[in-house]
Amino acid sequence: MTLSHGTGHVFSVTELTTEIKSLLEKKFSFVWLRAEISNFRVPASGHFYFSLKDRTARIRAVMFRGQNRRLTFKPQDGMRVIGFGRISLYAPRGEYQIVLEHLEPEGLGALRMAFEQLRDKLAQEGLFDEKHKKTLPFLPQTIALITSRTGSVLYDMLHVLERRFSGLNIEIAPAAVQGDAAPNEITDALELVNIHGKADVIILARGGGSLEDLWAFNSEQVARAIFKSAIPVVSAIGHETDFTISDCVADVRAPTPSAAAEIVVPQKHDLLQHIDELQQALANRMRQHCNQRCSQLERLKKHIVDPRRQIQMQKAQIAQIRPRLERSAVSMLQRKRGYLQVLTTILKNNKTIRYIQILKQEVEQYRLALERSGRQYLEMRQTSLTHLTKRLQDLNPTAVLKRGYSITREQAGGKIVMRAEAVKLGQRLEIILAKGLLEVTTHAKTDKNPFQFEDMD
Amino acid sequence: MAKQSFEAALKQLEKIVSELEDGELPLERALKKFEEGMRLAAFCSKKLEDTEKRISLLLKAPDGSISEQPFETNDP
Repeated sequence: MTLSHGTGHVFSVTELTTEIKSLLEKKFSFVWLRAEISNFRVPASGHFYFSLKDRTARIRAVMFRGQNRRLTFKPQDGMRVIGFGRISLYAPRGEYQIVLEHLEPEGLGALRMAFEQLRDKLAQEGLFDEKHKKTLPFLPQTIALITSRTGSVLYDMLHVLERRFSGLNIEIAPAAVQGDAAPNEITDALELVNIHGKADVIILARGGGSLEDLWAFNSEQVARAIFKSAIPVVSAIGHETDFTISDCVADVRAPTPSAAAEIVVPQKHDLLQHIDELQQALANRMRQHCNQRCSQLERLKKHIVDPRRQIQMQKAQIAQIRPRLERSAVSMLQRKRGYLQVLTTILKNNKTIRYIQILKQEVEQYRLALERSGRQYLEMRQTSLTHLTKRLQDLNPTAVLKRGYSITREQAGGKIVMRAEAVKLGQRLEIILAKGLLEVTTHAKTDKNPFQFEDMD
Repeated sequence: MAKQSFEAALKQLEKIVSELEDGELPLERALKKFEEGMRLAAFCSKKLEDTEKRISLLLKAPDGSISEQPFETNDP
């Protein structure tokens, strides 16, 4: 039989694939899917690749890095999940897959989300801050246990407490630790212990269980009640791997209830031993101390000298010194006396006095010499004065006139006439004689006088 | 002496022991320290031995009053 495509359309693979792709993506652009994870793997790209399956079918799934980064849990093979995504077709391989936007563990999702939201909120409020954490007492006098009245947890703790430290005060505030009533009962128990006010520390404990079982310890009400407690709270909820909000708020988190009991109470035996050792040490040290002092005393004793002996020694010393002292006093006196004599002698033939006398004589001599020379000087001056007077008299023009000379001078002006040529004919002149005066008129003149041998200038 | 905590007394005792170890203290003070140390040691031991074992159940009556009941431990 031959089949003919006739006039029908012939697809290329690409065409067909494109059409299927658009069909799928249009029809399943948003789907919720309940499934189990298998073949989960994360290559270097950081995208999640896995399969989602149920009993009879399987679909490839991818969750890209941008989306999977927001997940608060780690997907694992066998984990039942609910996912949300769109169907996409990968043309090169002709494979379709679901591209997941969101994924959550089935059943736990809502609780988990609530947990994280509450945790973030309380953290932001500062309820977990280190500064609010109270220190536990070293040796509590009274320990309060808040837990279920039934169940092994309470007895486990009592057992550990008794083992570590027999004879402790323990008060038990029973509370339901799971179920709807739990948050209220736990809160009431915390308040009760605080009002009672006898306990130094509270252990809030519960055995292991599922996340739902532990839910009371993730409630906001319990978290706030723990935070409010004036008495330090040690939380011990579930197993080591369980972590609740109560653990975050509590002052100390213990991995298990038994561990909480160990944290809270020291070993009585260890303490007693420690005190015993300290007491021993104290006695030993004191003995050592005393021994040291004793040997010190012995050493010092050796250095002590009998005071009487010391006095005698000192007396002997004094006896030895005394004559020396006396001798030295006498000799000193003698020395001083001698010195005094020397001084006296020096004073007696005092050179200073003689020196003054010599000076006096010298002064006298000088005085006499001065007188003498003064006189001589005066006499000398007298003589020269007389001589000078004589010479002065000789120079007196009247004296010259007396010897027959005369002085001729112009009548007008009184100018002394020395040259004939300076006189005009007819000029009136005065001639001064030894006695008297002639007034004359010039009648004639000659330029040369009879005594003149050469020109006078 | 006023009410003293076990922990404080123990710390004080440890301090005194180490002080005496130094050997620098004058004798009189050393003696005083010694006496004080012995007293603290006695106090600490007594504190440890004295605690009276008592386990009680803390209960609140509907009227708000608190009562303590002895708790029977049928400890296995």
